[in-house]
Amino acid sequence: MLTRKAKSRINLLLVLFITFGLVIFFIFKSLEDNLVYFFSPTEINNKMDISYKKKIRVGGLVKENSINKEETSINFIITDLKNEIIVFYSGSIPNLFSEGKGVVAEGRLKDKKLLIADKIIAKHDENYMPPEVTEALENNK
Amino acid sequence: MLKNFFPYKILNIKNKNFNTLLILMLAVVFVGTVYGLFISPPDQIQGDSVRIMYVHVPASFLSLGLFGILGAISVLNLIFKIKILPYIGKSIAPIGFVFTLVSILTGSLWGKPTWGVWWAWDARLTSMLVLLIFYLTYILIWKFVENFNTANTINCFVAIVGSFNIPVIKYSVDWWNTLHQTSSITLTSAPTIHYSMLVPLVIMILGLFLYSLVIFLMRYKTELIKLKMNKKNKKIN
Repeated sequence: MLTRKAKSRINLLLVLFITFGLVIFFIFKSLEDNLVYFFSPTEINNKMDISYKKKIRVGGLVKENSINKEETSINFIITDLKNEIIVFYSGSIPNLFSEGKGVVAEGRLKDKKLLIADKIIAKHDENYMPPEVTEALENNK
Repeated sequence: MLKNFFPYKILNIKNKNFNTLLILMLAVVFVGTVYGLFISPPDQIQGDSVRIMYVHVPASFLSLGLFGILGAISVLNLIFKIKILPYIGKSIAPIGFVFTLVSILTGSLWGKPTWGVWWAWDARLTSMLVLLIFYLTYILIWKFVENFNTANTINCFVAIVGSFNIPVIKYSVDWWNTLHQTSSITLTSAPTIHYSMLVPLVIMILGLFLYSLVIFLMRYKTELIKLKMNKKNKKIN
């Protein structure tokens, strides 16, 4: 069914595919640090080469009962349930920012446990649920 | 299967059959829209902006799928040189382009009230932008490269190279930390969307799939008629 020409074209394409796939794989591997949008507190903790001058994003959950609101500033703790980072921030916060929910803070690290943020982004997880169902679930607890 | 796309088959599709498909598509999209906007509940956290999902997810899904098809037919095209394949690709690309644009714009509209930002350079959003550029390149090459065979060969490679981006988009949220949430519907585990929201989503995916099919058939038929006219003109000259 296949002509010889078609066969040789298949082989050529296969070789190109594998080469190209590998090239992309290695590029992504080497760019890993730039491809992640944020680091978790644990990743920050384990990281050797942290820049305290460059901006960095830290993401995780807002720890329960950790939000401290003052007039113009706010501080809270980002946790990944293993490590924690305290965040200081002044400015407007997104509506969906709340305790126990995902958050990404952008700013500069003072040390491995303290971030001075100049931007707060709320993160939404993959769960979609109508409010009545949540209520029903909590009543059943 | 490819036989169904041969010119004589497409050009012989009766208007009646096509109209049935058109009406079916409109009905499904109508039901999906009403369900999504009025019957399904708001989300506990996002509120009513969850309804953007009913357009965003199907559009993203189709933009990826259509580029996958573009890549697959380009491979077949390079190997077997089947004459109709470039015309199929040419007809699919603008549909995928529009869906990619819709996906990015609706995502942006959702991002502002949810995340607090219109745009973030995370892996998912950036790879989606790359997809948009690939679609655009593909369309522009068909438009501006005058020699048909040259345009076809270049575009086969554009589509194949661009196809490597498809799994990157799909798995970007799993491979790297992204602002974008991970998939709610996976093959391996139960969906994390409540069924009252899952139903309109599935209806809309079906609706927009039928929409793509309708637009594709219209475009493809036009391409074939153009081709026929060109051949006739050549004969006269």
